[in-house]
Amino acid sequence: MASEKKTAVADPVASTKALPAEGPLVKEWTTRKERVSIAKAYKMYVGGAFVRSESGRYFQVASTEANADPETVNVPRGSRKDIRDAVLTAKNAGAGWEKRSAFNRGQILYRLAEVMEARRPELVASLVRGGATDAEAEVEAAIDRAVFYAGFADKYFSLLASQNPVPGPHFTFSVPEAMGVVGVIAPDKPALLGLVSTVLPVITGGNTVVALASSVDPRTAIVFCECLATSDLPGGVVNVLTGNAKELSPHIAKHREVNGIDAWVVDADLRKAVEADGSDSVKRVTTHVPMDAEAWLDADRGQGLGWIERFLETKTIWHPVGV
Amino acid sequence: MSQSLTKGSADVAAPASHALDFGRAWEYAPSVEAADHVQIDPRYGLFIGGRWVSPRSGKYFQTVNPATEQVLAEVAEANAQDVDDAVRAAREAYDRYWSKLKPAERAKYIFRIARAMQEKARELAIVESMDGGKPIKESRDFDVPVASAHFFYYAGWADKLAYAFHGRTPRPLGVAGQIIPWNFPLLMAAWKIAPALACGNTVVLKPAETTPLTALLLAKIIEEAELPPGVVNIVTGAGETGSAIVNHPDVNKIAFTGSTGVGKKIQKAIAGSTKRLTLELGGKAANIVFGDASIDQAVDGIVNGIFFNQGHVCCAGSRLLVEEGIHDVIVRKLKDRMQSLRVGDPLDKNTDVGAINSRAQLERIRELVKAGEEEGAERFTMNAKLPEKGYWFAPTIFTGASQANRIAREEIFGPVLTILTFRTPDEAIEKANNTMYGLSAGVWTDKGSKIFHMATKLKAGVVWGNTFNKFDPSSPFGGFKESGFGREGGRQGLAAYVEVV
Repeated sequence: MASEKKTAVADPVASTKALPAEGPLVKEWTTRKERVSIAKAYKMYVGGAFVRSESGRYFQVASTEANADPETVNVPRGSRKDIRDAVLTAKNAGAGWEKRSAFNRGQILYRLAEVMEARRPELVASLVRGGATDAEAEVEAAIDRAVFYAGFADKYFSLLASQNPVPGPHFTFSVPEAMGVVGVIAPDKPALLGLVSTVLPVITGGNTVVALASSVDPRTAIVFCECLATSDLPGGVVNVLTGNAKELSPHIAKHREVNGIDAWVVDADLRKAVEADGSDSVKRVTTHVPMDAEAWLDADRGQGLGWIERFLETKTIWHPVGV
Repeated sequence: MSQSLTKGSADVAAPASHALDFGRAWEYAPSVEAADHVQIDPRYGLFIGGRWVSPRSGKYFQTVNPATEQVLAEVAEANAQDVDDAVRAAREAYDRYWSKLKPAERAKYIFRIARAMQEKARELAIVESMDGGKPIKESRDFDVPVASAHFFYYAGWADKLAYAFHGRTPRPLGVAGQIIPWNFPLLMAAWKIAPALACGNTVVLKPAETTPLTALLLAKIIEEAELPPGVVNIVTGAGETGSAIVNHPDVNKIAFTGSTGVGKKIQKAIAGSTKRLTLELGGKAANIVFGDASIDQAVDGIVNGIFFNQGHVCCAGSRLLVEEGIHDVIVRKLKDRMQSLRVGDPLDKNTDVGAINSRAQLERIRELVKAGEEEGAERFTMNAKLPEKGYWFAPTIFTGASQANRIAREEIFGPVLTILTFRTPDEAIEKANNTMYGLSAGVWTDKGSKIFHMATKLKAGVVWGNTFNKFDPSSPFGGFKESGFGREGGRQGLAAYVEVV
């Protein structure tokens, strides 16, 4: 497995030295005053459960924080099979999620904001470990974003639906409807706000999601999944995988049960590949050059009706009128 | 040549004992629309930058009347250079004229187009029927008036766009490249051009190679309406011309209506570019008839659903799903009803089913019908004496088909209906959604709540309750799944031609 850049594990050959001639044989070590902490095993979030990659693969993510304990963690490196399992799970969760009342979807999103607020220190700490520059502001914006969409769940419908004044004995109206399964390739940065801003509008509209988390800081995405898991959100509505975007994106883009894709990737070739791969099943593909940190924080640029609308279909219904 | 059916004559297969037999009483005298006042030029150039120009390619192709196989006119074949001229003209017109016009003024030009189309309605209808083979009663009563209405509808939006996007600011995209099919040539041109202009874009439009004439007459109308030159450019040609539009680097938006196969190629071709895309592609619509439906009304709806415009309709109700208990009575009544259809001269006002649009399409229909027979479905074709010249296919239905048959899965785009059965609403939904397409669906029942239930579950962009193939400028149209994305018509149709900031 190719090491990621940030990996702190030293090259064993290059660092080989002769044992010191005198003094203690073991390296210096200070006895810790506090208790030894329990390191978390980071897992992907699929179908409401935390799972390892079926492939057994992993990648290592180092902490940018001084004295992090442990310095390096192992994160599952998702595979094509993981994508397929997650898509199936998301598809099966779709009918139940869409059927919930708009009010109920809004309440669940609001519950998510409550849980995130309660876990605020943990989210901030995780972002700091991942090298975020303004972790506090990012977590606050992420929580506010959840509240924004919580309030939108029962309103976008009225804004986007129409009654169409057609001639003849017909009552004709057009309503927004969820597309189905949407693949989200979240930006590497900001790791939390990027994921929250891209996933929440999609599920607000009644879709279910298979998301690929930031590969720079996947840990924070997993902490966010722990918020999702305790927020009354039905399992399978949001599934978050970790791994290599370049490896996994084509499998999302080519999957015929994925109806739409929202990809936020720096690599122009990868954006193009996702668009091209999606064409084979006429997917609704939007790709973006990731925005700068300031734009993600901005309520005008980082959220809105258009973010929900992007993954909705319009269904027009002609109903007879008569006695 | 208004040949209609010839029931009871010797060359007709023995009718089943229940069949209606009108003898000769069912033959009508021809009532052919006079075409002597319509002038079709022998040769048409390209309409670029407000001028009629000869193509740089130096090539022309013939457009043929599919009912007679007679050549109607020669039409310029635009090559990549011609397309480049058209795109540059559209860009220049956008920068110099169209984007500087006040929206309310822009609207007036589009209103003018709508009005001129009404004034020339008879001429447009006749040419549409001659060039494409559709019955004059359809071009006269549907294609042309709805096309004009579309311009009228979107003209009114031009100065009201700020209301359409809930406080967000819409901006035009620039140059729109638009490629349209041969089944509703003028109507599709209207669906494409009207919202594009209303939103402040300029246009390069390519009509289908078998039906270029009404788009060229529309160009004439646009010229006479004195739109700023270059705002609408019409380039004629076949697939290569279309691909030159799709691949042109200075086009900001592609709008395509046509087959799913070509749609996928276009989507792939523009991957990695900043071009916006809307696709209106194929369909294999389920028309679902429940046992509690008004049977006679449903039978007429089935006929309209599949035989309208010779079945050359992307949203045609080509898969009939009948509740098992009424299958036999529906099929019997449908066969009787089919026997009363008149197939023949598109210009005859009595004609119900006109000519197949092209020889290539006729071959495609024949191939799939043959596949249907070979796969074991039972074929019934109405008794119609078809004209000797021209491309014709008599209305046909298949019973005893399975969901796996090609005729139940592939878009035939002809007057061919495949009939399947179901027992429960859930089974109907399952079968209706068992397709890569998702453009339209029909539901026939006497129970309103059932229509709403089915409409919610059907994965289709348009669901018709107790009706079929109804269209209106105010009513958004477009597909789910591989039937494409984006909507045409209504407020929702504006989104395809603006960037919302």
